[in-house]
Amino acid sequence: MSSLGELRTMASQRRRGHIKEKHPDNLAGYLFLTPWFLGILVFCFVPMLASLFLSFTKYNLLRNPLQNPPPWIGLTNYINMFHDPTFWMSFKVTVLYVVVGVPVQLAFALALAVFLNHGVRGLTIYRAIFYLPSLMGGSVAIAILWRQVFGKTGLFNSLLGLFGWDNPPGWIGNPNYALWTIVLLHIWTFGSPMVIFLAGLRQIPDMYYEAATVDGASRVKQFFHITMPLLSPIIFFNLVLQIIFACQTFTQAYVVSGGTGGPGNSTLFYTLYLYQIGFLNNFQMGYASAMAWFLLLVIAAFTALNFVLSKYWVFYDD
Amino acid sequence: MTSLDTAAAPQARRHPTVKPHAMGIVKHVLLIAGSIAMVYPLLWLVVSSFKPNDMIFKDLSIFTRDLTLQNYVSGWTSLQNPFGTYILNSLVIAVLCIIGNLISCSLAAYAFARLKFVGRNVYFAIMLMTIMLPFQVVLVPQFTIYRLLGWINTILPLVVPKFLATDAFFVFLMVQFIRALPKEIYEAGQIDGANQFTLFSRITLPLMVPALATTSIFTFIWTWSDFFGPLLYLRIPDMFTVSVALKGFLDSQSTSDYGAMFAMSVVSLVPLFIVFMFGQKYLIKGFATTGIK
Repeated sequence: MSSLGELRTMASQRRRGHIKEKHPDNLAGYLFLTPWFLGILVFCFVPMLASLFLSFTKYNLLRNPLQNPPPWIGLTNYINMFHDPTFWMSFKVTVLYVVVGVPVQLAFALALAVFLNHGVRGLTIYRAIFYLPSLMGGSVAIAILWRQVFGKTGLFNSLLGLFGWDNPPGWIGNPNYALWTIVLLHIWTFGSPMVIFLAGLRQIPDMYYEAATVDGASRVKQFFHITMPLLSPIIFFNLVLQIIFACQTFTQAYVVSGGTGGPGNSTLFYTLYLYQIGFLNNFQMGYASAMAWFLLLVIAAFTALNFVLSKYWVFYDD
Repeated sequence: MTSLDTAAAPQARRHPTVKPHAMGIVKHVLLIAGSIAMVYPLLWLVVSSFKPNDMIFKDLSIFTRDLTLQNYVSGWTSLQNPFGTYILNSLVIAVLCIIGNLISCSLAAYAFARLKFVGRNVYFAIMLMTIMLPFQVVLVPQFTIYRLLGWINTILPLVVPKFLATDAFFVFLMVQFIRALPKEIYEAGQIDGANQFTLFSRITLPLMVPALATTSIFTFIWTWSDFFGPLLYLRIPDMFTVSVALKGFLDSQSTSDYGAMFAMSVVSLVPLFIVFMFGQKYLIKGFATTGIK
């Protein structure tokens, strides 16, 4: 079961109210959890509250916040943020990347998983080949490679030249296309969800398909009436988590644009802009904290929406 | 396999002109074409790294005669430090992160999976939710803390959190694994009077080696590829990791030594490829048990 499935089960158990057990291991439990407690406190709770506080202040990195507390400026950071066209550009870029890249990548992963699951010979070899890009996809080296593949004189344009397109644009250098090369990079890494889907498909008992075949159901019908419902929890969990992770994309955008988010801010991903605001130009860390909290709210809203919509397509057999 | 054999027969009846055998060939042709398209950029990168600089963008073929090692020689020394320095820096960080994750995550996972204590479910839910927390929300205060502690330009900001079980994903992976272990072993141990620490170190750890292997491999891949952390905290060239060093080739692109940049990119991917070759089994198992990457 995935982490989200676990949370869901716990919530429903709570509603039914049958968590009642004795606690014989209190001392051992807390001893074993000491590192985790420290970690969650020092690296999660305290920083979260601190960044919420800082988002209402004018905080510059170069001062010591303990000796010289940053002045409270109320909602100014948030107001400035909402009036900042570059902020909205970075928001738009990221949302486009997420709502196109994530579903398309998962669709590819699902299609390949179903295709491979029908007893293809050499499954392990194909699986390995498709999986390899997703293992390397987050690295700087691959982003560098991408920059060259989709450059003016890159591999992709040489390929187009073979098909007779003589003077194709430089995709990385063109504000209309640059983002889509990064979306393509995301889709290229469909191997990891594919492996998850393959594992999920293995869990579906063969007899369902055998019965459906006897009843004369076509492959397409079998997919929509057996595979999809039984795989839907796994698809859902992957959708939720991939959206959350994709909202935080940084490396690819940084390397492909050389750190600028260009051309014309067309690859200025949200996290890249946050980095520029908080750590590069004027060290406006109050503003950066406001951006971080806005991102958290957006991700929470995305996730809530996903859960609401899941009632219409995710099937739990409990 | 059985479902496939039975499914193939009616399939063939519906399309009497296409024999199952022919379908299989079509499938393989499609899959091989897809595989080539997927891997071609990588192959091109590797071959280009052995081509003379002026040849790289002249032909897109991966079949070429005059190969040279010159790019590797010049790339190794063309940044401020020899590339080996950056590899060593990355390796030190990766190894420490692996050690940290193995110790701290297994301790936490044992508590969540095997022990009953007040508040366990609440903590477990919090732990699961931190998987979904965007790191930006803790970024500025964390940076401030590290700065006050004087940890900038040291590897501590990248390594210390791993010793405090901050990678909740691995805790969850191990919890799943420990829960699947047979309960009888623990009952036997308890009858023999073993305390919880003995049960953890003598019984659980040896049995959960596969989960520990998965954790090590994922930790290695993620820390090796990590760019944001080192970019933020390691600002002097002596401390650079491989990923930050590679960025240096982009900054100095006026020289346009593509060959050297490609060569060092390949060098940076070699460890990932080795891990992929030898750790595939554990990677795929890790996926299957947790349902997320």
